[in-house]
Amino acid sequence: MSVKQISVFLENKPGALADMTRVLAENNIDMRAFSLAETSDFGIARVIVDDLYKTTTVLKDAGFIHTVSSVLAVAIPDVPGGLSQVLAVLNEGEVNIEYMYAFLGGKKNSAYMIFKVTGHHRAAALLTEKGFRMVDQDELSEL
Amino acid sequence: MAERYYQPEIETASREQIKQWQDERLVKQVHHVWNSVPYYRRKMEEKGVTPDDIHGTEDLYKLPFLSKADLREAYPYGLLGEELKNCVRIQSTSGTTGKRVVAFYTQADIDLWEDCCARAITAAGGTNEDVCQISYGYGLFPGGPGLNGGSHKVGCLTVPASSGNTERQIMFIRDLNATILCCTPSYAAYIGETMKEMGLTPDQIPLKAGIFGAEAWSEEMRQDIQKTLGIKAYDIYGLTELSGPGVAFECSAQNGMHINEDHFIPEVIDPVTEEVLPDGQQGELVFTAIDKQAFPLLRYRTRDICVLSREKCPCGRTHVKMSKPRGRSDDMLIIRGVNVFPSQIETVLLNQGYPANYQIIVDRVNHTDTLDVQVEMTPEMFTDNLGEIEKRQKALVDGLRSMLGLGAKVTLVAPKSIVRSEGKAVRVIDKRKI
Repeated sequence: MSVKQISVFLENKPGALADMTRVLAENNIDMRAFSLAETSDFGIARVIVDDLYKTTTVLKDAGFIHTVSSVLAVAIPDVPGGLSQVLAVLNEGEVNIEYMYAFLGGKKNSAYMIFKVTGHHRAAALLTEKGFRMVDQDELSEL
Repeated sequence: MAERYYQPEIETASREQIKQWQDERLVKQVHHVWNSVPYYRRKMEEKGVTPDDIHGTEDLYKLPFLSKADLREAYPYGLLGEELKNCVRIQSTSGTTGKRVVAFYTQADIDLWEDCCARAITAAGGTNEDVCQISYGYGLFPGGPGLNGGSHKVGCLTVPASSGNTERQIMFIRDLNATILCCTPSYAAYIGETMKEMGLTPDQIPLKAGIFGAEAWSEEMRQDIQKTLGIKAYDIYGLTELSGPGVAFECSAQNGMHINEDHFIPEVIDPVTEEVLPDGQQGELVFTAIDKQAFPLLRYRTRDICVLSREKCPCGRTHVKMSKPRGRSDDMLIIRGVNVFPSQIETVLLNQGYPANYQIIVDRVNHTDTLDVQVEMTPEMFTDNLGEIEKRQKALVDGLRSMLGLGAKVTLVAPKSIVRSEGKAVRVIDKRKI
């Protein structure tokens, strides 16, 4: 169970991010999750969208370099210590987290985390075993 | 495939024969210049040399040098060696710095120039069965006209496309089955890049050879162009001051350019002491044009840094070979006291898999020179992993440091953000105000 994430290369200059989001807006693409990683002179925008194929096509046409990767979208119990429980499972299973970011769904009492891990399938199996819920692409689009 | 020559009796002549031609023509040329170019005669008189002192190539060192400054000073007619009624054409340098240089041609000068270009096209495998597309600029810039004439002499079907309008260039290459492409290497790379984007693979491109010159390019860039277009890429060398392209050209061995020594005598000198250096030593290339009538330059300093080699060439040509110029001495940047050629930076980039689209920005911040190399990100180099990209960026910085002996900053920029060139590429932006 996984979700496709698009990572976009952004030059570190004024307007680079706005240029990208404008392309998405003009094509009526809805972002479900968004995160930005940056160094002093370039950045990577990571987005999860409602229409993967359309997004990659319009980005390519607009000249943005991007790559698609699989990430885990995990429903986190919206209670104190909710994230800690998930991390404990990954820690015990010795799963290495490359990066993670949070986003809120529209439903009440639910938060979601995107995880990029090494050993994607094993991490998914461990979390399912412990009763955590993973969200797939379709479900994410409806949140 | 047997090596073909355009003028086999000249191109494979014995060294004794070549020396004999050079001696005879040099003596004659010095008299011609003495009698018809007062500017140079004065220079000779200042040095205490007369035509009677010149008996052959061994006396070449006695003659004064000419430099680009002389050409500017003598602009436009000061170095003319013929009456204007005998001249039929001018060409002019691309004029990146200062005043343009204008060179004159008689019909005989044009013929010898076009013969030189025909030798280059034949060395690249061209015959009258080829379709030769000339995508150098036409007009004052001699690249287009020179190869156009050479292509006619070989008998190729000549497509005078000139530079620009890349889509039309590609349309002609495909529709007319062009087999030979002549242009600057940076434009060849751009045409290749565009074809790749159109989804064309090398086997769908009819081209088999390219003749690329008019700017310095690295061996790595050659490999890159050869791969993208599925061709053999040959270097060609020349200067407007001496005719244009075709002063020297590459053969099937692809390891240096044969100088057309029957028309141009090369020397390599130390650019500072002006002392003549032995073959095999790197220095500034100097040419003496022994056949040209209208613009007969003697000991003209090219500012190009290279090495001459007289090793036997497997192609059978006997004329001396010059190495790819490491760069024109006026392309050389001095950054924090270190000599830097853009071609060195290009070598590092291509070695690490980056495209030849780069720009070098030199600035001075707090009295210290800064070097920023801007490189375009490519789909192949991009990954979702920030650390991995930084690692690659660092590898470039390390590569530049070991090549240049200088710290440089590497900036990754968005694709297509560096302007593509249809002629000579603009590689360096020097913002220093000194």
